[in-house]
Amino acid sequence: MELTGAEIITRFLKDEGVEYVFGYPGGAVLHIYDALYRQSDVKHVLTRHEQGAVHAADGYARSNGKPGVVLVTSGPGATNAVTGIATAYMDSIPMVVITGQVPTPLIGNDAFQEVDTVGITRSCVKHNFLVTDINSLVCTLKKAFTIATTGRPGPVVVDVPKDVTGFSTNYSYLESVEIRSYTQRYDPPAEQIKAAVEMVMESERPILYTGGGVILGNASIELTEFARMARIPVTNTSMGLGGYPATDPQFVGMLGMHGNYEANMAMHNTDLLIAVGARFDDRVTGNIEKFCPQARIIHIDVDPSSISKNVQVDLPIVGCVKEVLADMINLLQQSGGVDRERFNRWWSDIEEWRTEDCLSYDNGGGVIHPQYVLQQLYEVTHGDAYVVSDVGQHQMFAAQYYKFDQPRRWINSGGLGTMGFGLPAAMGAQFAHPDATVCTVTGDGSIQMNIQELATCKQFGLPIKVINLNNGYLGMVRQWQEFFYERRYSEVTLQAQDQPNFVKLAESYGHVGMQIVNPDDVRPALEEAMAMKERLVFMDFVTNPEENVYPMVPAGAGLNEMILV
Amino acid sequence: MSRHIISILLENEAGALSRVAGLFSARGYNIEMLTVAPTHDATLSRMTLVTSGTEAIIEQINKQLNKLVDVVTLVDLTEGQHIERELVMIKISTEGLDCDQVHSIVTGHGADVVDESEETCVVELLGNSQKIDALIASMEPLSIKEVVRSGVSGIKRGADFLTI
Repeated sequence: MELTGAEIITRFLKDEGVEYVFGYPGGAVLHIYDALYRQSDVKHVLTRHEQGAVHAADGYARSNGKPGVVLVTSGPGATNAVTGIATAYMDSIPMVVITGQVPTPLIGNDAFQEVDTVGITRSCVKHNFLVTDINSLVCTLKKAFTIATTGRPGPVVVDVPKDVTGFSTNYSYLESVEIRSYTQRYDPPAEQIKAAVEMVMESERPILYTGGGVILGNASIELTEFARMARIPVTNTSMGLGGYPATDPQFVGMLGMHGNYEANMAMHNTDLLIAVGARFDDRVTGNIEKFCPQARIIHIDVDPSSISKNVQVDLPIVGCVKEVLADMINLLQQSGGVDRERFNRWWSDIEEWRTEDCLSYDNGGGVIHPQYVLQQLYEVTHGDAYVVSDVGQHQMFAAQYYKFDQPRRWINSGGLGTMGFGLPAAMGAQFAHPDATVCTVTGDGSIQMNIQELATCKQFGLPIKVINLNNGYLGMVRQWQEFFYERRYSEVTLQAQDQPNFVKLAESYGHVGMQIVNPDDVRPALEEAMAMKERLVFMDFVTNPEENVYPMVPAGAGLNEMILV
Repeated sequence: MSRHIISILLENEAGALSRVAGLFSARGYNIEMLTVAPTHDATLSRMTLVTSGTEAIIEQINKQLNKLVDVVTLVDLTEGQHIERELVMIKISTEGLDCDQVHSIVTGHGADVVDESEETCVVELLGNSQKIDALIASMEPLSIKEVVRSGVSGIKRGADFLTI
């Protein structure tokens, strides 16, 4: 059947099973928006900023595993999308971003709303394309979805000039596409997997250090089974939370800069580090010279370039983490399993570190402590909410105090640390899970970076619960200035009289606003908000201004050199 | 730090070269030389890249290059028996020069004079980078006006092919 380029795009998205496109119209995508108007299979979500559209697609992808799809116009549409694309890239989120481009004959002429989108996005995408021929449009779109969703996932940009969306050609959907220069999957390497199991059986103090790869690779069940079978303690990176049930006794908490003491001490003392879908980020390792000094290291990852990038490993295993862990479970079973008593001493060391109770805090003073809000949020939502965080102190508090028992419930910008991520990403999660409780944990700094999306929430009736931990500071920067710059608080104060009235602001967007000042009101307010199933409730918690995130590994220190309080 | 010659088969597509160049600048790797040209298969370009780094860095360079979607396959030529060749053209001013002196340098290095005018001549040499460095060094005392190096191209010896 003969279709225009614009119609091919909408039709392809339908055939690819795309439910939502998050976007913002403009001149170069007028044909595509007209094609969207004339169909009803693919639903479009109009955000109020292109950055919001990309984060929303990102939150959608993180919460349900399907690729997020974005449509924006050329020039500023594309540049506004860049922060969102880079955010998705750093966290390996499957996403396809279709950007309009000026008509082919005008490319390179500094035309109105022209930027070199392929050039600008090159370093923050998994791959990108400029479609100059209508006949390669379908193939390019299929390649984009294939590349975005296979191997280590990531965002792919498809830049489509306006004239290409106006030309016509025959359309038929492509079920699959061959890309000779791209490896879509690696078979699990049997020899290495066998060696890994042997190393586990020989170890005295093993630990599983697992990251976002377990979530992306849907390997939580295998990870949990393997860890329990071998009785190995598990620590998660911030990207990996929910990959192993946080309420399980074998979970020792998050590791790294604001990780649990027991997790970091176990990392420092382990003799066998089993890294699964994690990338030895500097926020995790602390001083790399002092990292896991006694350990042999096994690294399981789908991306060969993640292995031995920051830390030299002893046994690399390139493969899909789900398949590799399944093979390890089988081998372990065949060999009769690990002696349950073998790690008794190791566990008694860990129990000793646990007695530090590193997440305890002083809840007094008649002020609301952010940790308390998160603990109450956990209880009121029965640990069952989708918690989408912004970036800053509140992000770390949420990671520490909300116990995630399931994957994809914790959504945060781990790699890029993008303030303004929380609210739009929560919108994406709510679209993916319309009946679920979706909360965004944010701060008075972060929320104002994409506050305009409150209008999108109104338009689509998204009943997100906004947990604004309002301390009148850009708190994480203030904490570093307190610790390392002798309390010279440079440009981090958001004075009360200069802040918006968040309650009225929420109300003016058509939502419910609440301000909570008294610690005794925290729980009742949360209960009241959660009971409003149909409404977005903006909860402005006025919190202790100079609260710090503890424990902490200072810059340059090893994981065993934590500041506890 | 050691010198490596990485030979790459690349999709012959717009932007493929920028992806490789961008990778090196974004990750702070060294590019000492880079050559790229089409092959007998019109869909492929052959790129030869000379870089240097520690073993760990070279391993990362190989992995990161492999990860680029436009890179079809690659080999580190310096890991085995290989041939490397580079072309240099050097233009010197011959004013007030002793012709015999120029002649003895040229023949001594196995180079050729490929252009002569009243005031200038162009010396050409094909060889590996060491030979070319040596020629340039010997001509340094003369009045060098221009040095044009093609950059290294290389190929493995024997029945060992870089193909798809």
